[in-house]
Amino acid sequence: MRHAILTAMLLAAPLVSAEVTVIQNGTIYTVTKGTFRGSIVIRDGKIADVGEKVMTPGGARVIDATGKHVIPGIIDAHTHIALDSINESSVSVSSMVSVAEMLNPESISIYQALAGGVTACNSMHGSANSIGGQNVVFKMRWGADARGLIFDKAKPSLKMALGENPKRQGSPQGLQIPGLSSPQNLRYPGTRLGVEDVIRDAFTRARAYQREWKDYEARRARGEKLLPPKRDLELEPLVEVLEGRRLVHAHCYRADEILMLIRVFDDFNIRGVTFQHVLEGYKVAKEIAERGHYASTFSDWWSYKVEAYDAIPYNAAIMHRKGVLVSLNSDDAGGAELMRRLNTEAAKVVKYGGLSENEALAMITINPAKQLAIDQWVGSIETGKDADLVIYDKHPLSSYARVEKVFIDGRQYFDRDEDLSRRPKFEAEKEGLRKKMLDQQKQAAPQNRRPS
Amino acid sequence: MRKKCVAAIAAALLIAGFLIPAALAETVNWTAIRDARIVPVNGPVIEKGTVLIRNGVIAAVGAQVDVPASAWIIDGNGLTVYPGLIDGLSSWGLPQAAQTQAPAAAARAAQPQQAQQQQAQQQTRSWGPRDRPGTFSWVRAADQVQLSDARLGQARNAGFTTAVTFPRQGIVAGHGSVINLGGRTAGDMVVAPDAGLFLALRPSGYTGFPSTPMGIMAYFRQLWLDAAHYREALALYAADPVNIARPAYDRALEGVLGAKRVLLPAPDPVQMERMLQLAADLKTPAVLYGVVRGYEMAARLKQAGTPVILNVRWPVRDRDADPEEEESFRELKIRDLAPTSPKVLSEAGVKWTVSSDGMDTPRAVLRALKQSIDRGLKREDALRALTLTAAEIYGVADRLGSIERGKIANLVLADGDLFNDSTRVRMVFIDGVRYLPEPEAPQAPGAAGRAPSLSEEEEQ
Repeated sequence: MRHAILTAMLLAAPLVSAEVTVIQNGTIYTVTKGTFRGSIVIRDGKIADVGEKVMTPGGARVIDATGKHVIPGIIDAHTHIALDSINESSVSVSSMVSVAEMLNPESISIYQALAGGVTACNSMHGSANSIGGQNVVFKMRWGADARGLIFDKAKPSLKMALGENPKRQGSPQGLQIPGLSSPQNLRYPGTRLGVEDVIRDAFTRARAYQREWKDYEARRARGEKLLPPKRDLELEPLVEVLEGRRLVHAHCYRADEILMLIRVFDDFNIRGVTFQHVLEGYKVAKEIAERGHYASTFSDWWSYKVEAYDAIPYNAAIMHRKGVLVSLNSDDAGGAELMRRLNTEAAKVVKYGGLSENEALAMITINPAKQLAIDQWVGSIETGKDADLVIYDKHPLSSYARVEKVFIDGRQYFDRDEDLSRRPKFEAEKEGLRKKMLDQQKQAAPQNRRPS
Repeated sequence: MRKKCVAAIAAALLIAGFLIPAALAETVNWTAIRDARIVPVNGPVIEKGTVLIRNGVIAAVGAQVDVPASAWIIDGNGLTVYPGLIDGLSSWGLPQAAQTQAPAAAARAAQPQQAQQQQAQQQTRSWGPRDRPGTFSWVRAADQVQLSDARLGQARNAGFTTAVTFPRQGIVAGHGSVINLGGRTAGDMVVAPDAGLFLALRPSGYTGFPSTPMGIMAYFRQLWLDAAHYREALALYAADPVNIARPAYDRALEGVLGAKRVLLPAPDPVQMERMLQLAADLKTPAVLYGVVRGYEMAARLKQAGTPVILNVRWPVRDRDADPEEEESFRELKIRDLAPTSPKVLSEAGVKWTVSSDGMDTPRAVLRALKQSIDRGLKREDALRALTLTAAEIYGVADRLGSIERGKIANLVLADGDLFNDSTRVRMVFIDGVRYLPEPEAPQAPGAAGRAPSLSEEEEQ
């Protein structure tokens, strides 16, 4: 029913709001162009104007933001929310799978993230294998179907992983079935050395595949009649990586393995990789920065596994000062628990490392936007960008701050007051249904009395 | 002497038995069901009329029909004649399929350790699409149907004369076939051998890749690409066998290329969108099965022109659920509205039918639809779904699904409205052969029925 209601809402209101909205007289954190008291004009889903003084068009919906704080929609560069499958862990190279296919628009995590001021995220394949699957960038357009959620302008990307997870060899189903743990059924690799081998082998095969197709195209151009090579859905995304048409997000912890992967990427001329978690990034920040690679990390979360022990809360700040583009992420999977308070995660880099408030906010807005190659449209409050905006009642880095309103593409997707006022009606409706079911159960009881 | 006599009679019977098919080819057998209420489905109800059957095919139907003098007359007074019901997604006729459907139960029966070991030995480790995991696209239900399936009699008792029955092994399970639920030989049963290729999204029959629905979808895409490449290779080779290498015969890809349609699981709107996209990418028409939240999917299904098979095991609270546990609003709504799917889909003009899949007995299918009728579904729409629509979905509406001249004489004679609890099916006709109800021993749900007895089948 909620689906029906939302569908009805969507049919009535287009995904991009047609009306003109003005957010007036608030503290505006543009992130890229300073912080000031001013207003934002939203038209056709875009930011039409922003400044200390703007022209308020006649007939515009005016939101008085006096005493409020407006930031660009938060972007989470690393989550696993709203996915019905996360890990295709049966093989060490599963680049043929895409989590975009498993995006579940009914997942409540989307609404939770929205209520925490997150407007876009990168929901990724898991870290169970050396080369995982294809990821999906989507906006929290709660109520839309999967296709309506997906941020289709985002550059496609691929998950990779190093360390403990990809070197697990056991039964892919996580079951210990006798006979299946036999050596021929174990997954390669079983060591960090093997992880490197798997990655190098995969990209080498991808190069051969790329060459095979180029040869075919050349021969066909010469007028030869021949059978095209077989298409290979495992190698195609890897070719896209080699050709710079697909980004890589690489799960990693230890400095040694980060250096290993940097060398692999050097050998295959792969640029613009985002190292994920990268808890020992502070040890190799210079090397990451030199290659133009990125880092997306946690503020102060570690020691949940052996490879995640040598971590410090200054990691983000140190990498940032060494010239690495850094973002902070949630890695949320089951629900949007950390995701809905990424603003306070950002605040921690002010405490640990002494970064400025603006530098902190950048780590959850424009920096992740750059890492996902969507900074042209989102990540800051600038004229011409998508009107993805969050209104807080207090300073956004305060742990007392609450999200009051969230806009995506100029449409209001969350309003705290509206949400609270709707609840009694939903509760009454639910109670009615529960009673109806109980009555039906009682009626049916005499025939159904059967031990289970 | 007495022994000799018995032997002679037996021999005579044997010869007669062999002669019957030959005799059928030459002589015309007429059967007339007279003075019955006739619900032809494709046209208005005839309050008192005759259905005339000629050699297993409907020759005429109407209020006034000339009946040949030689016809066997069935008095239809007080009876209603319906087209035989069609089970849109079945395992009837495939006793093995019924067994493979419940591997968990089989595993429980044996020693756990032992069962697991057996399972492990049967299953092979797949390392990728090349290993063709869980793929049985060369299997056809028509090649495996057995008259001995004890469930056929039970199905006929409920008014079913036809089933679209599917193999269920692995993730590319094989081709379903439209079969009649009776006949002299297994071959007699088959109406259309290629009804569609059954695809599942749960790993079974192998371990390894793919281990998730996401991986399975990627595998389907690779398999279809491989099939397209195979077809291209065959065509190139046929045109130029001197310069083009002969492609190796591949039964898995042959099976994929032969798929008229694919059956894809789609309980809810989210899965429906995934499956519609998948079907579009595979460039193969789809039928969605296992649909629970059909009431939310009408507009999109209408737009896509995709038929569905509803899961009519309406969702209920788990019998063993913790009474303290609070159910979600969404769950309650789904439970409340699922039985309205038939009505909503009918009103939207979406082709839908139902199936015995997951139901305890064939009759439970009718009882489930009665619940939908109580929620506003028109009786004629319910009947149409079980007959003509099912035939249309599988492309056999030229021969099945309604009572009209030229169609196979599959009929149900009941003593009242088919969806009423008190109504009893008095007889069914399959290919013009009459079957009387078989006594049903009370049995636990899911247990196998008794063996069928040929004595109840009447020869013309």
